Amino acid sequence: MSWNDVIVLLPEIFLTGSICMLLLLDAFSDDRSAMGLHRLSMLALVLTAGLVVWGHGEAATSAFYGMFINDTLAEILILFSILCTAIVLVLASPYLRQRRIAIGEFHTLTLFALLGVMFLVSAGNLVMIYLGLELLTLSSYALVALDRDSRLCSEAAIKYFVLGALSSGMLLYGMSLIYGATGSLDLATINAAIAQTPHMTLMLIGLVFLMVGIAFKFGAVPFHMWLPDVYEGAPTAVTIFISSVSKLAAVGMALRLLDLGLGNMGPYWQQMLAVLAVLSLVIGSLVAIVQTSLKRMLAYSTIGHMGYLFLGLSAGTAFGYASAVFYAVAYSLMATAAFGIILAMSRAGFEADQIADLKGLNQRSPWFAGMMLIVMFSLAGVPPLFGFFAKLLVLQAAIQAGMLWLAIVGAVFAIISAYYYLRVVKVMYFDEPADDTKLAPNSDLSLRWVLSANALVLLVLGVTWSPLLEWCLRAFTS
Amino acid sequence: MITLAHYIVFAAVLFCIALAGIFINRKNVIVLLMAIELMLLAVNVNFIAFSRYLGDVGGQVFVFFILTVAAAESAIGLGILTLIFRNRRTINVAEIDDLHG
Repeated sequence: MSWNDVIVLLPEIFLTGSICMLLLLDAFSDDRSAMGLHRLSMLALVLTAGLVVWGHGEAATSAFYGMFINDTLAEILILFSILCTAIVLVLASPYLRQRRIAIGEFHTLTLFALLGVMFLVSAGNLVMIYLGLELLTLSSYALVALDRDSRLCSEAAIKYFVLGALSSGMLLYGMSLIYGATGSLDLATINAAIAQTPHMTLMLIGLVFLMVGIAFKFGAVPFHMWLPDVYEGAPTAVTIFISSVSKLAAVGMALRLLDLGLGNMGPYWQQMLAVLAVLSLVIGSLVAIVQTSLKRMLAYSTIGHMGYLFLGLSAGTAFGYASAVFYAVAYSLMATAAFGIILAMSRAGFEADQIADLKGLNQRSPWFAGMMLIVMFSLAGVPPLFGFFAKLLVLQAAIQAGMLWLAIVGAVFAIISAYYYLRVVKVMYFDEPADDTKLAPNSDLSLRWVLSANALVLLVLGVTWSPLLEWCLRAFTS
Repeated sequence: MITLAHYIVFAAVLFCIALAGIFINRKNVIVLLMAIELMLLAVNVNFIAFSRYLGDVGGQVFVFFILTVAAAESAIGLGILTLIFRNRRTINVAEIDDLHG
């Protein structure tokens, strides 16, 4: 260990220290609204982001004997995770205050989960992958269960817990077999050892278990059972976090394990990813059509979106990986906006999570109806919004990799999925409001500003998306 | 003579019992938690056997981490379990079905 290692790890060390301070502050302060805690958390996020940018050089550096890798991929994913976490904290505060859910615990758990993401996406070793992943998921289980008196929350939490633990077990079993076949826990060494390992069968079985674990974390079909229940049952503030930051973490984990660790087994896992992609596209898009709950519909749409993300990953080229990272960033920003609007419409006792709850939103609040319109069009992939270019890039990557049929499936289901996004738009603009006492957006100013900015970013990045793509490409070409 | 293969098969059998415990179990959530622990123990056996076979301590270090995380995991699992019992007065898996997933 040297000081250079510590400097590479500085953002993580700083965030850990800040979280411990916030925990103490929360334990000893009697400020019920926790405004001070909230402001300090935001400050910690800004400073951590600053340290990430400051500590990132042109070339990739590793620390602690290859345990920890600081490269452009980690930088992109960490910065957008911090951004999404900041959005979650701003949106969640009024929501939690109105429902009297423990607000201090929400902040510390969310930041701990973010810390897990930071370790996970910069991991260079199987141990680090596991520890980062568990820090993220264990915090997420607790977050889902945060509304203690809700029957749905506790049910969602136990389902998430059991299936999440199952997937971690699968992932670990795969890791143990790969360790046995290659004799190393270091991802780069594993990749180098693949060519001369005599235990190819062991490697393949390990790879299958690893893929099951990865697919679980993404929520790809057929390992998607937990996703709609958790999205529906969790408090909306937590759903925003799980749908955005966890997906960024999952793409980081998949790239570290599959590209860095098992890149030499590419042909095997690319086929598996392609199958998962098609299944996710089909099931995600078709089942979303029949949903009446908006949160469930968005959950199934997530599954479909993960299918698109897998198209980019399964291409196995630098452009494919870059498009997958681009897609993850685009999806997480759309998810924060979509669930954010559900959150803004809800108040204590009325969750606004049914599609019918949005009836006539345009008459009650044209601005928020407009924001929701942007988000839905972006999710559906209507040009010139952000979601369109994300879809275009992954389809392009699939075609370049010679998987024309995959791209065709992707394009067909993009059209099918447009139906249920447009249905939300129709309900908002052309249906009469059912009950005019409900459906007033939350009056919290910072929530309104952040949500509007988030939706407008989808519009802005839809026009100026090329710098982001270049940034993503730089992560895989240098 | 007990060889590496014996350990691997033993771990695989443990892992399968754990999977069966999770998927076939229709009774209560505590059994699910036990099955999850069993699954992690199967992984530990694998790691230790490989570590000994390869003469590399990395696998044994990993086992310490898994044991620690497993302890934290069961703490959270039992916490959620008490929450469910408080809200519903049952921990029967078949009765926890408000969310139709």
